Amino acid sequence: MSSDVRFTDFKSDKQPTWCPGCGDFGTMNGMMKGLAETGNDPDNTFLVAGIGCSGKIGTYMHSYALHGVHGRALPVGIGAKLANPNLEVMVAGGDGDGFSIGAGHFVHAVRRNVNMTYVVMDNRIYGLTKGQASPTSREDFETSTTPDGPMQAPVNPHALALAAGGTFIAQSFSSDALRHVEIIKQAIEHPGFAFVNCYSPCVTFNDVDTYDYFRDSLVDLKEEDHDPTDKDAAKDVIFDSEKEYMGVIYKDENSVPFEERWGISEDMSQIEDKPPEGAMDLVREFY
Amino acid sequence: MPEDLNWAIGGEAGDGIDSTGKIFAQALSRAGRHVFTSKDFASRIRGGYTAYKIRTSVDRVESVVDRLDILIALTQRTVEENMEELHEGSVIIYDGERTTMKDFEAPDGMIGLNVPLRRLAEEAGGAIMQNIVALGAACEVSEFPIENLDESLEKRFGQKGGSIVENNSKAARAGQEYVRENYDLDLDYELETTDADYVLLNGDEAIGMGAIAAGCRFYAGYPITPATNVMEYMTGRVEQFGGAVVQAEDELSAINMALGAARAGARSMTATSGPGIDLMTETFGLIATSETPLVITNVMRSGPSTGMPTKQEQGDLNQMLYGGHGEIPRFVLTPTSISECFHKTVEAFNLAEKYQTPVYLAADLALAVSEQTFPPEEFDMDKVEIDRGKVVDEESLGEWVNDKQQFKPHALTEDGVSPRAFPGTKGGAHMSTGLEHDELGRRTEDTDMRVEQVDKRNRKVETAIENEDWSPREFGDADSGNLVISWGSNEGAIREAMEFLEEDDVSVRFLSVPYIFPRPDLTEEIAAADDVIVVECNATGQFADLIEHDALRRVKRLNKYNGVRFKADELAAKIKQALSESVEATP
Ligand SMILES: Cc1ncc(C[n+]2csc(CCOP(=O)(O)OP(=O)(O)O)c2C)c(N)n1
Ligand code: SF4
Repeated sequence: MSSDVRFTDFKSDKQPTWCPGCGDFGTMNGMMKGLAETGNDPDNTFLVAGIGCSGKIGTYMHSYALHGVHGRALPVGIGAKLANPNLEVMVAGGDGDGFSIGAGHFVHAVRRNVNMTYVVMDNRIYGLTKGQASPTSREDFETSTTPDGPMQAPVNPHALALAAGGTFIAQSFSSDALRHVEIIKQAIEHPGFAFVNCYSPCVTFNDVDTYDYFRDSLVDLKEEDHDPTDKDAAKDVIFDSEKEYMGVIYKDENSVPFEERWGISEDMSQIEDKPPEGAMDLVREFY
Repeated sequence: MPEDLNWAIGGEAGDGIDSTGKIFAQALSRAGRHVFTSKDFASRIRGGYTAYKIRTSVDRVESVVDRLDILIALTQRTVEENMEELHEGSVIIYDGERTTMKDFEAPDGMIGLNVPLRRLAEEAGGAIMQNIVALGAACEVSEFPIENLDESLEKRFGQKGGSIVENNSKAARAGQEYVRENYDLDLDYELETTDADYVLLNGDEAIGMGAIAAGCRFYAGYPITPATNVMEYMTGRVEQFGGAVVQAEDELSAINMALGAARAGARSMTATSGPGIDLMTETFGLIATSETPLVITNVMRSGPSTGMPTKQEQGDLNQMLYGGHGEIPRFVLTPTSISECFHKTVEAFNLAEKYQTPVYLAADLALAVSEQTFPPEEFDMDKVEIDRGKVVDEESLGEWVNDKQQFKPHALTEDGVSPRAFPGTKGGAHMSTGLEHDELGRRTEDTDMRVEQVDKRNRKVETAIENEDWSPREFGDADSGNLVISWGSNEGAIREAMEFLEEDDVSVRFLSVPYIFPRPDLTEEIAAADDVIVVECNATGQFADLIEHDALRRVKRLNKYNGVRFKADELAAKIKQALSESVEATP
């Protein structure tokens, strides 16, 4: 890790094809700044992305990266982190990617608590497939596949995370750059699975959950005297049906990452060109 | 006097059948005898018929036969299930004091030994040892020195401490004594012991051992019969070598974790069976396109859908060969024996990394659950070589950058193989994707680059065909006009069938194929043969289809798909019959 890394070092020379004004720009910039300011560099960072507009992030950032299949980015990140705990692993994807097709993996990644950061670029819609309802879409949100609205409750990702034993649960907003970077940095530094849901408005297909909507409605937990280590307080925030919040909602200060509990600490990429020392004992066991 | 002895213990699941069988198998192996075991089990934990069978000889044994000489029957059903294999002179050991066996009488010509297993066990210290009493009785019947059991009991119960080993040993002797005193047997068995040192293991264990020997450090899986044993074997062992085993939430996750670990540079594997392969197929394409080395073990069972989870079949060949959308370069390896499970696993890891492709390593239930004895040299670790392929480091990476100093993980090369940089390597940061991409790994829809990348990935297969040895294992009489071809676990049974056939003056040339893709070109061998018989455990003859396609010739098909593996004597008869028939049109 070098200390003179700048956030632009995490920028690739590929121009994003996101729509002008897309929330994903801000979300990505915050991730790059967060990585740089926590002392990471592109060569020790492994970024895994899902499928969706959000999933394109791996192309626009410069780091070791894998752009996987829809909804399966989290297990890839887990495998990479366990195989080489020295890597800084970050996983990113959309709300559809994370809470619909990948919902199972989300819950299990949370409870597994591997030391990595998961950023969901939540626009409450399917962007890449051009505007269908996502699991975080409002109940009455009309789309091409739900002309009368989904008519089912949106998932509450933070509640899912808390119920699954989440150790770091946060909400940020792509256009509040300062807060977003702050939150990302805390997430990176959290020893365990850090979940950051980042509202990243889709300016093309979602005319309800807009910049204006979030700007006007988001309450910053910083100004609310919220104690993120208090689980009950976190519950109140998560289940508040009146207001939406921004900031670190819950943080378990006693979090011990999975790899530490399991004693996984080696970089597994380096092996010799012959079987490991003591391999013959494996055969002897069968006597 | 029979050269080999066929022994079985059967009862209900939960009766301790497996551990009793294993204790006897280990005792035989430690006494320098060869052993081949097989299991009949149903897909339930308690209740339901289950049996553990052992074939033992001083010569190497590679399969099961349709014969049972000594049967320990804990239930009536055990006898019924094995009626066809029992013969005149077969010995049936049972406990007539057991309510369900009260009225049991050995069928005509067979010898029933009514031994109060439970009562003797109680006298020796606990009813739980009734199977061990039966083992003692079996030792007496087969004239197998009972001392050999002791070591095996020590191995099984030694850690439990106290007098457990001693009591068991006492129980065994009680069984022996009882038979000695109450029956005047005039049988011709004498299970000779030798000085040989053998190891006894099954195919799943051989795969796990091969993986660790090959440097596999990461394993993610989701339990499924009959692949779970691979995971259970790896668990606790991989960790000793600095690795990790993770039980994922499902197969989608398992293969993606394995993929993540592989991209981080670890030798990585997952294992599953048919239904799990279906789920993994989504990610299979990503692995191939992102050119990630990964070994995916498929321990086949009877399908489709959940089929018969505890029964034998080789029905997934097409799935492994063609599964996944689009066209995907891959290797499909099919070990043909338990020891080959070890060697082919090592090979699978090398192929995966040398060519940066997914490799299917396909065993089947018969290989997975059968145990066999081997001289330990068969698993000589000194002969294991690890080839990681084109891995670049900070220095050599410079040869693989464009004029902007960007690393090219998908560089277009003559042999189709590109350089690989593990995350953490300075200057190598790059992305990889399931989308079609350029040399840098970035998405492209450029028509020329699409063709170049597809060709490049396919070129790896061509390079591998040229550089690696894909030959079949050959047995029998090379000049015989009778050609038998098979893949997977049937090898052992066919080899032994050939011995039966030889007694009838039928000579056979046998090619056992451990590679489905790429596979050996057998055109010449097929052209030279009068008769070609393809043996496989499926209904449609998936491998026979390939052979016909390759060699442009109709072949005879010998298929079995009732869930039971081929047996040597059964095969001998079927091959003989097939040789006398003319070729039928393909169904
Ligand atoms: C298995 C599979 N099913 C469906 C798709 C099609 N698909 C691509 S992106 C996407 C949804 C993306 O929505 P979201 O995750 O919210 O990301 P966004 O585009 O809004 O950033 C879908 C359904 C796919 N690529 N793979
Ligand atoms: S469609 Fe929406 S999410 Fe996708 S790039 Fe455009 S604005 Fe962003």
